[in-house]
Amino acid sequence: MSRETTLLVAVWAALMLLLAATVAATFAPLGALKPVLNLGIAFAKASLVFWVFMHLREQPWLARLAAVAAVAWLLMLIALTQADLMTRSLF
Amino acid sequence: MTAEPALQTPEEKVSYLAAGHSVRSWLLTTDHKRIAILYLISITGFFFIAGIAAALIRLDLLTPQGDLLTNEGYDRAFTLHGIVMVWFFLIPSIPNTFGNFLIPLMIGAKDVAFPRLNLLSWYIYVLGGLFTVYVLIVGGVDTGWTFYTPLSTMFANGHVIAVAIAVFIVGFSSILTGLNFIVTIHKLRAPGMTWGRLPLFIWSHYATSLILVLATPVLAVTLVLLASERLFHLGIFDPALGGDPLLFQHLFWFYSHPAVYIMILPAMGVISELVSAAAHKRVFGYWFIACASLAIAAVGFLVWGHHMFVAGQSIYASAIFSFLSLVVAVPSAIKVYNWTATLYKGDIRIDPPLLFAMAFIGLFTIGGLTGLMLALLAIDVHVHDTYFVVAHFHYIMVGGAVSAFFGALHFWWPKITGRMYSLIWGRISAGLIFFGFNLTFFPQFILGYLGMPRRYHVYPPQFQTLNVLSSAGASLLAAAYVLPFFYLVYALRNGAPAGPNPWNAAGLEWTTPSPPPKHNFETTPEVDRPAYDYPLAKRSADG
Amino acid sequence: MAEHVTLTEPYVEPRQQRQADFMGMYVFLGTETMLFGGIFALVFAYRTLHPDAVAEAARHMRLWIATANTALLLTSSLFVALAVHAARRGGRRAVAGWLGLAIAFGAAFLALKGVEYWKDYTEGLMPLIGPHASVRDGPAALFIDLYFVATGLHAIHMTVGLTLLGTIATLVGGRRKGVPSQAVVVEMGGLYWHFVDVVWVFIYPLFYLARG
Ligand code: HEM
Ligand SMILES: [Cu+2]
Repeated sequence: MSRETTLLVAVWAALMLLLAATVAATFAPLGALKPVLNLGIAFAKASLVFWVFMHLREQPWLARLAAVAAVAWLLMLIALTQADLMTRSLF
Repeated sequence: MTAEPALQTPEEKVSYLAAGHSVRSWLLTTDHKRIAILYLISITGFFFIAGIAAALIRLDLLTPQGDLLTNEGYDRAFTLHGIVMVWFFLIPSIPNTFGNFLIPLMIGAKDVAFPRLNLLSWYIYVLGGLFTVYVLIVGGVDTGWTFYTPLSTMFANGHVIAVAIAVFIVGFSSILTGLNFIVTIHKLRAPGMTWGRLPLFIWSHYATSLILVLATPVLAVTLVLLASERLFHLGIFDPALGGDPLLFQHLFWFYSHPAVYIMILPAMGVISELVSAAAHKRVFGYWFIACASLAIAAVGFLVWGHHMFVAGQSIYASAIFSFLSLVVAVPSAIKVYNWTATLYKGDIRIDPPLLFAMAFIGLFTIGGLTGLMLALLAIDVHVHDTYFVVAHFHYIMVGGAVSAFFGALHFWWPKITGRMYSLIWGRISAGLIFFGFNLTFFPQFILGYLGMPRRYHVYPPQFQTLNVLSSAGASLLAAAYVLPFFYLVYALRNGAPAGPNPWNAAGLEWTTPSPPPKHNFETTPEVDRPAYDYPLAKRSADG
Repeated sequence: MAEHVTLTEPYVEPRQQRQADFMGMYVFLGTETMLFGGIFALVFAYRTLHPDAVAEAARHMRLWIATANTALLLTSSLFVALAVHAARRGGRRAVAGWLGLAIAFGAAFLALKGVEYWKDYTEGLMPLIGPHASVRDGPAALFIDLYFVATGLHAIHMTVGLTLLGTIATLVGGRRKGVPSQAVVVEMGGLYWHFVDVVWVFIYPLFYLARG
């Protein structure tokens, strides 16, 4: 295997390990930490796919920014709707 | 094309207009300039359709009883007016016509990054437009342009699904255009055309494109959810199941507030060009205006909750949204100051483009300031859902954005067609538009403040005088909008050849012949100077 | 490989064209992020408003089918990545082969998804059709319906992706698109496929693992 293919297979193996970890976390008694962990793992998987499979590592930084900008905007949508929902019962 | 000018001047004979006369050569073109013309014709059509709806509304409001239309008919008239004006005229108006035509010319490129996607975008627009026309023929919708649930999902009996499909489809045309502009501006600038040398028109279109690609998909998915709730009885926002209709409003305004910046940012870009060309002077505070565009695009995403102050949103969230809405006005204000400062001690020519730009600055300022009032929680409780709000956004969208559209039309018409129109008539129509506009909408501020709610056609008799004034203004405004159609089309055949640079303006687009050749530039231009490189700026720089 | 790239209008040099293609695709995928993002925002909203109902609804989702499906998709992504690698080195047959494998795994995903929907149907989770499970009587139904919209929209994207990969495999395999000169076609199809995969990577914890 060339170095490139080794890398690709290694990324795949990491993804599978993360999948196993997230399933394990679901059945572990983690309480409120569980969704945080599961989402964290999802972000880790997504980052691996974007960085290697989706070639972000080969791109100039502006293209990288273009690829992930939407995530920042999505977080704004979620954060501000939550700002409404979480404080509604406060008064 | 029926309005094909007789191509007589040497420039015209080798221009993009001469590259094929068949209908096919237009409908299958990938030339950004021709696609711009296709858009210009189609949005003009929708402008008239929506204008007729507005005429019906204003006629109906002449009398307090609303004698002309039924309740249902009135609801359908204002819904159609809003939907068509917003999505089929105003959002595509400046970007898809002037943006398409000018962006490659201004940055020294042969075309946009993805010419075929550009054509596809127009076809998608037309497809969405056909759905709208279908809805129009079969009887319309009555939800308002905002489609609030549960009205739209459970109670409205108009053609909600068909119109949702229309708006969904036209959204993809927005997305493709935005994507194309972003990549074009990044990758196709001519050698030497650094970011700091870009005309401000480009900066504002870049900011607009960011909003187009980031906000429009959220509208698309919101409409999908709405349609599946109405069609398949999914419970997404259904209060009976514990669902929250306010979530619909959150998603809708996450798109629709930024969408108002989709309409105003390109207009601001136009004004920067018009003002500096009229003053023959470098724009004052170039980087402030450029960065203000980006700031508006970013912060504009964080203020949507100001539409939900009295809808049951948490008061804490409302306070945050109120504060952020005040913040977003700062970059807009910066631009107004800078345009004014640009005119100061300029070598000014009072041509039609400048008159439209002045109209824009004045009306936009009023619209923006009343926006600030609305963003204050206490005032909004009083005037929410009244004519005050209607007047606020019409000052910005019609007084501002549509005036800028007409300004752009008068400024670049000689470039696009190669012919000069009558400047006298241009000045007259700019004046009439300004006067007619104020007569139409200023009374609405007072009406709203006195408590006349929007979206009802029956009102207490004491409001009649102001309503009659407003309707009178509307007829004047309608006439003033039709006027340019005549002298501009007349100029196609009979106008004097414009020459490459009739306004003595700076900018790469004025270095090409009018109308420009098919590939824009004989050789790729090399740029070695900043934008707005007017002699006056140099003189004052020398002291 | 920039030297043997086919150049089209308005570009003047290969590197510029290649960067434009990538950037265009990334921006497009950004729009897709926002599309699914609207649904995700609602998921978070209902988690805040009705935490117990959401957990209860999530316990009705078929965790093991979804886990198998995640593994299938991640593996198909590896195959697509290998196809892109082959395309860049001019391996025409290898491209078609890897893409074929990826398509097989993608199709298996859809088949399993079909089984899952069938089980949902018989259990009475679907709106409008089939039996009516009692869990649909309260706010849990909101979450279940979001699940149908999210997975349905994802399945549509999968179908588009499969068609895309199939077309590319045929074009490259049949020499209608040459590699490496037009490897960008494989790269773009690959970006889309990986992205659809990433969407699933988030659907999985947001719906299936949200059992409280
Ligand atoms: C200077 C920044 C602005 C501020 C602070 C502002 C503030 C507001 C507020 C608070 C409302 C809600 C009023 C209510 O419903 O009670 C509103 C409504 C509206 N604004 Fe603005 N606005 C601004 C700029 C704009 C611009 C630039 C546009 C359009 C190009 C615009 C178009 C609208 C529209 C269409 C509505 C009414 C939507 C509806 O309910 O149908 N605004 N604005
Ligand atoms: Cu707003």
